[in-house]
Amino acid sequence: MNGWETVIGLEVHAELATKTKMFSSALNSFGGKPNSNTDPVSLGLPGSLPVLNEKAVELAIRVGLALNCEVQKSVFARKNYFYPDMPKAYQISQFDLPINKEGWLELSDGRRIGIERAHLEEDTGKITHVGGGGRIHEASYSLIDYNRSGVPLIEIVGAPELRGPDDARDYVSELRSILVTIGASDGKMEEGSLRVDCNVSVRRDGTEELGTRCEIKNINSLRSLGRAIEYEAKRQIEIIESGQTIEQQTRHWDEAEGRTHKLRSKEEAFDYRYFPEPDLVPVEPSEEWIKEIANSLPPLPRDRRHLLADSIGVEPTETSLIVQRDLDTFALQAISSNADKNRVLVHLENNLADGIGKLTPEAFASLTVMEMNGELTATQTKTVLADLVESGGDPQAVAKSHGFESMDNSELEKIVDRIILENSDDWLAFINGDDTERKKKSGFFVGLIMKETRGQADGKIVNQILSAKAEN
Amino acid sequence: MARLAQLALSEDELDAFTSQLAAVLDHAADLEALNVDDVEPSTHPFPLKNILRIDEPGESFDIEEVFEVAPDIEESQFRVPPILGEA
Amino acid sequence: MKATEIAEKVLSGEMSARSVVEQHIEIINNIESDVNAFNLVTAEQALIDADEIDSKIASGETLGPLAGVPISVKDNLCTRGVETTCSSKILEGWKPPYDATVIEKLKEAGAIIMGKTNLDEFAMGSSTENSAFGPTRNPHNLELVPGGSSGGSAAAVAAGFSPLALGSDTGGSIRQPAALCGVVGVKPTYGRVSRYGLVAFASSLDQIGPFANTVSDAALTLEVISGHDPRDSTSIPEKPLDISGVLNQGVEGMRIGVIEELSGKGLGGFSQDVVSRVEEAIKVFSNAGADVESASVPASIYGLSAYYVIAPAEASSNLARYDGIRFGPRTEAATTAETMTATRTKGFGDEVKRRIMLGTYALSAGYYDAYYGKSQRVRTLIMNDFAKAYEKFDILISPTSPTTAFPLGDKTADPMQMYLQDVCTIPSNLAGHPAMSVPFGSGEDGMPVGIQILAPAMAEREMFQAAKVLESESGKGIE
Repeated sequence: MNGWETVIGLEVHAELATKTKMFSSALNSFGGKPNSNTDPVSLGLPGSLPVLNEKAVELAIRVGLALNCEVQKSVFARKNYFYPDMPKAYQISQFDLPINKEGWLELSDGRRIGIERAHLEEDTGKITHVGGGGRIHEASYSLIDYNRSGVPLIEIVGAPELRGPDDARDYVSELRSILVTIGASDGKMEEGSLRVDCNVSVRRDGTEELGTRCEIKNINSLRSLGRAIEYEAKRQIEIIESGQTIEQQTRHWDEAEGRTHKLRSKEEAFDYRYFPEPDLVPVEPSEEWIKEIANSLPPLPRDRRHLLADSIGVEPTETSLIVQRDLDTFALQAISSNADKNRVLVHLENNLADGIGKLTPEAFASLTVMEMNGELTATQTKTVLADLVESGGDPQAVAKSHGFESMDNSELEKIVDRIILENSDDWLAFINGDDTERKKKSGFFVGLIMKETRGQADGKIVNQILSAKAEN
Repeated sequence: MARLAQLALSEDELDAFTSQLAAVLDHAADLEALNVDDVEPSTHPFPLKNILRIDEPGESFDIEEVFEVAPDIEESQFRVPPILGEA
Repeated sequence: MKATEIAEKVLSGEMSARSVVEQHIEIINNIESDVNAFNLVTAEQALIDADEIDSKIASGETLGPLAGVPISVKDNLCTRGVETTCSSKILEGWKPPYDATVIEKLKEAGAIIMGKTNLDEFAMGSSTENSAFGPTRNPHNLELVPGGSSGGSAAAVAAGFSPLALGSDTGGSIRQPAALCGVVGVKPTYGRVSRYGLVAFASSLDQIGPFANTVSDAALTLEVISGHDPRDSTSIPEKPLDISGVLNQGVEGMRIGVIEELSGKGLGGFSQDVVSRVEEAIKVFSNAGADVESASVPASIYGLSAYYVIAPAEASSNLARYDGIRFGPRTEAATTAETMTATRTKGFGDEVKRRIMLGTYALSAGYYDAYYGKSQRVRTLIMNDFAKAYEKFDILISPTSPTTAFPLGDKTADPMQMYLQDVCTIPSNLAGHPAMSVPFGSGEDGMPVGIQILAPAMAEREMFQAAKVLESESGKGIE
């Protein structure tokens, strides 16, 4: 961005897909009557004690392995601060020894972004502000629902290696896709089961040192993520260019106003007084368990991109859209039925955006072969494809039913010759004209020929014939 | 410190506490002389580990008993005065 | 009457549970107003429970080992539907929606709860003078303290209000009042008894344990309340204890060490009475066939300092939840933050505030390593030194308390004075080992003296065997 680089690191919290809460057997379930999924532990009542959910540990290990992290012995810690949605006035989290550390995530363009850690912690209750339009600053009172208190979370901290809003959105999409694929979370930003906090700083191009960062909270969609980063980067650049320095702050993204504003500065930041949780004991997953979990992981988006890319012979970044649409298995099946690999790619990206319907891999494969043989023109192929998607069947049969006979090349040449004769002035202009003129005339001729052949000619071949004749 | 502990103390109390705390901390300073660099810290007396719970719902719990003795309940939620500022 | 005796007689039908309870209610009615052992006497419910026991006996149902035996429980143990205050204004009127695990076990065993006993607020103290509802007085001499923090429970047993009581011990809060009141008090191995439902003070140190007039009664109670609880992650995965079977095996051949550092010779402030009683105890053990020698646990002298960092640190975090939002009385203010502060400032007593501040300080940025971090390492040192001592000895002994009971108001001016009361008891909390106090003789002032018996982790049986021998020589509890 004109001499400036935006540096972004994302902290993503995901709710884990367990039946019960992190430290008690109250239900982990969305919606429902307020305070109906609680118990002494998730209410933080005096005398209550936490007991760790095995499934949460398993899912955390799944996430760690999927993000290529090292899974290690971990310890829980208390993060102490006062806020009414935190019933114990401390959150049980992990500090010094997180369950997962030092991994990476591959973006769809192949770049790898470092994952510093992914650790377990418990969620807080939900506060509703009453009066003043539901906004915290004008409320006359608040109501607290502890259904969400104690829900298991995994916090994934990414390295500040993202370089712009697109990167950030790509990172979140990829992460979400991984979490959903491995069954760790349903990853819904709108429902709050996936939450993104964004650390943004800027630096002049070519600088190695990182600038002072600000943390942005309250980002509820991918679109907001992009907008917030753009706004914040601009804000910071303006400050620096006017000769001032950036104050390290936590800021709140206001979606309606399209801006961030300050929540608190570094000096006002809480001293969380972390110490090891005395009510819990360390978790040391065995080698066997970790291996078992690793073996049970399904192919990840990155693996699928690479697999398809290798089969076709292109870069993984080119297959990302297909994998995103879950059409890679279909593509591989078509390829193993001898489909034309490049046509597979093109059609899946451009012409099958709405899905494959009743199209079978074998039919698709045949169709691409017919297309490449010149039996069908590009336009005709599209038509047959649409039919196959709608009603299934066999491409030969469908083509025949449309009367799409392949046009003989010699027949076509005769037609081309005739049209040239009928339009000799234009033909001279075509042969002798400059590039612009040639382009115009070629369009003119192709149009006439297509009209004459009622669209049955293959545009590519027509152009080839015209060029060949022009040279003679 | 009082703010972190969410306690409000009067000037007198602050003075009294400060000197009392100082006395206790002096005592804790005995520890300063000890060289414990090669010793690992212990959170627990015993090396228990991997105490886990199966992910199944437990006994049902009646929130009404909690509501009955709670300071202020409205619409099945805990009602509190305005909260200024976010966590 | 002894608990074991009551249980026998009730089971056989010789006595009705109702008559047992009525007798004890009468004793309470006579002198409780002087002693103030209870925050709440639950006489009505006790009679209902007694009647239920009696009808079960009549219909030939199997009953637990404590059927019909009255017990008083410290008011920091959650009792469902029954006020649980921790002797603090901040929990006045609060009724838990659940029973602590130990309460469930007592009920299953047929024990009859007589009431909730007084304590130093949130178990912080050594004299029960920090209670928000007035101090408890020592039944042997009402001008003197019963000890703390479980002063109410110790006094209840000493006064005859119930033959059994439950207390909690974080730095000596069962053993010290037991010694001062002349009763048996036991702190089990950390994790032996579930902490679920015990209002936490210092999580890595707290343990629940029994008070009784005799060693065998205490053993029986510990058997009932011990055992793995899946609701407590720090609960040792072991079955409930079985001690009664081996209680009378004696100490022949046992290697008993007298902890040098806690003998009163090095540290100041130990009364001669106490030191003399320990010497007599040594003779008892020798005569009974044990090998008694001097033992050394060098790091134990640092126990006090480490404890007064670790315990307040954990407490400052455990007590942060008392904010008037979900339970307990609320002092409402204009904002939530102000409400929390007002509630806490009004609801907590001075000692509690002091410890919260101390603990907050010890954990704060920049100080963690010097205080909390260092204390946790000292803890390891103490554990290591004990381990070395237990290579040479089966059992260790020391005084329980440096002095006999002191007058009310004597040590309240200077917190450090009060903290020194715990110098002998704290090391076993830090190490997690079991320890108990057995009454043995008295001082010149006529007040009881307690001898502390310490054992390695999990060795409650040996500890009780030694206790039984000591008790039989001090004239009490002869079977």
